[in-house]
Amino acid sequence: MKFVDEFRDPAVIAKATEEISRLVDPGRQYRFMEVCGGHTHAIYRFGLKDLLPPNIELVHGPGCPVCVLPMGRIDDGLSMAQDPNVIFAAFGDMMRVPGTQGSPLEHKARGMDVRIVYSPADALKLAQKNPEKHVMFFAIGFETTAPSTALTVMRARELGVRNFSVFSNHVTIIPAIRAILDSPDMRLDAFIGPGHVSTVIGCRPYEWIAAKENRPIVVSGFEPADILQAVVMILQQLKNGEAKVENQYKRVVPWEGTRAALRAMAEVFELRPYFEWRGMGFISQSALRVRDAYAEWDSERRFQVPGIRVTDPKAAQCGEVLKGVLKPAQCKLFGNECTPEHPVGALMVSSEGSCAAYYNYEHRKIAALTTIGAPV
Amino acid sequence: MCLAIPAKVVELFPQEQNRALVEVAGVRRHIDTGLLVDDPPEEGDWVLIHVGFAMSKISEEQALDQIQTLTMLGEQDAAMEEVQGYNLGET
Repeated sequence: MKFVDEFRDPAVIAKATEEISRLVDPGRQYRFMEVCGGHTHAIYRFGLKDLLPPNIELVHGPGCPVCVLPMGRIDDGLSMAQDPNVIFAAFGDMMRVPGTQGSPLEHKARGMDVRIVYSPADALKLAQKNPEKHVMFFAIGFETTAPSTALTVMRARELGVRNFSVFSNHVTIIPAIRAILDSPDMRLDAFIGPGHVSTVIGCRPYEWIAAKENRPIVVSGFEPADILQAVVMILQQLKNGEAKVENQYKRVVPWEGTRAALRAMAEVFELRPYFEWRGMGFISQSALRVRDAYAEWDSERRFQVPGIRVTDPKAAQCGEVLKGVLKPAQCKLFGNECTPEHPVGALMVSSEGSCAAYYNYEHRKIAALTTIGAPV
Repeated sequence: MCLAIPAKVVELFPQEQNRALVEVAGVRRHIDTGLLVDDPPEEGDWVLIHVGFAMSKISEEQALDQIQTLTMLGEQDAAMEEVQGYNLGET
């Protein structure tokens, strides 16, 4: 893959920004939440804020799997893997996320058998190759990733692989959006809906946001032109006094979702009555656990889970940033104690975390300009 | 981690219905196609992959678009690292 220097189609960008200035009411303040961390990353990377009128504010949502995971769950996973017969397997994103006693990578340095995998199927393969060990896959992700974990568990049963289990930290996006809308300190006018989550769940699950909450939601792709187009579609709805679910990302997202993926998820997982989200507290029916029929492949039933609950470092304001109440740079630790090199909170770890995205694109840019004495 | 990687299906295996060999920027790896059982890909088709599983079928034009998007996002190295890390085909 080759680098490209600029937007592929500047004319499309120009047309979208023109449309935006035509539709925007200069006397009104707009707050749109992009739910997905991939969008947050794209917005900072492309400097899209600079292409929008100043009265449109993009608020970053909770759609970053490692960011919303409370520290207690990381501690729980690491605690199960203290057993020398256990291999702790997780995606690379998880490796630097701090637990109370350090990240998975730091536990590896202290002798824990910690492996990076790029697919849940690879964690299963690892179990097949290490029959004398137990492989615990630390599963994270929204509905984009949960079907792959589910199919892997189904394969483990088909193949009779019994030294493999999943520590499910899969979460679902709809209850998080509901919690944000219910939050009294939050005012939002509309949502930019997640792209790849919607490939799986389709667009119907968002209908209540339009019908009951009277907010437009537009599912969007990840290119600058996609995100700007989604903003145009939202502004058009607001101008017409409408609230609808629209699909800007039709080239990838089917309205009905992907049935086979939904089937696999429903076969293996069921909703937990409640689950803790970092900074957002307990949200009912917001996460997935392994069904009884697959209990043998459920880490939480194979091992003693301490059920650790820890509060985030007090000074870190991850929760406020996750809910969009604070901007990353407004957190007291931002850029000082908490940087991508030395993250205190998970939002600084993942490229989809709003703190890391802000730090990498905005903060470094401002710092560079300040150093050379240019006006900021 | 929610970004998807476009890949071209280069080989299917009649003995293993849910397995495909795909190519991403010259790198070939095995992936699982079990999430597309209702509309399985054929050789030469393009798919979006995520954590070793095909998520959806796309057109060649969309695949090239998606490659551009990943490149523009600066995620192309991470995408290649992910694909190169897949061990599904190893025995």
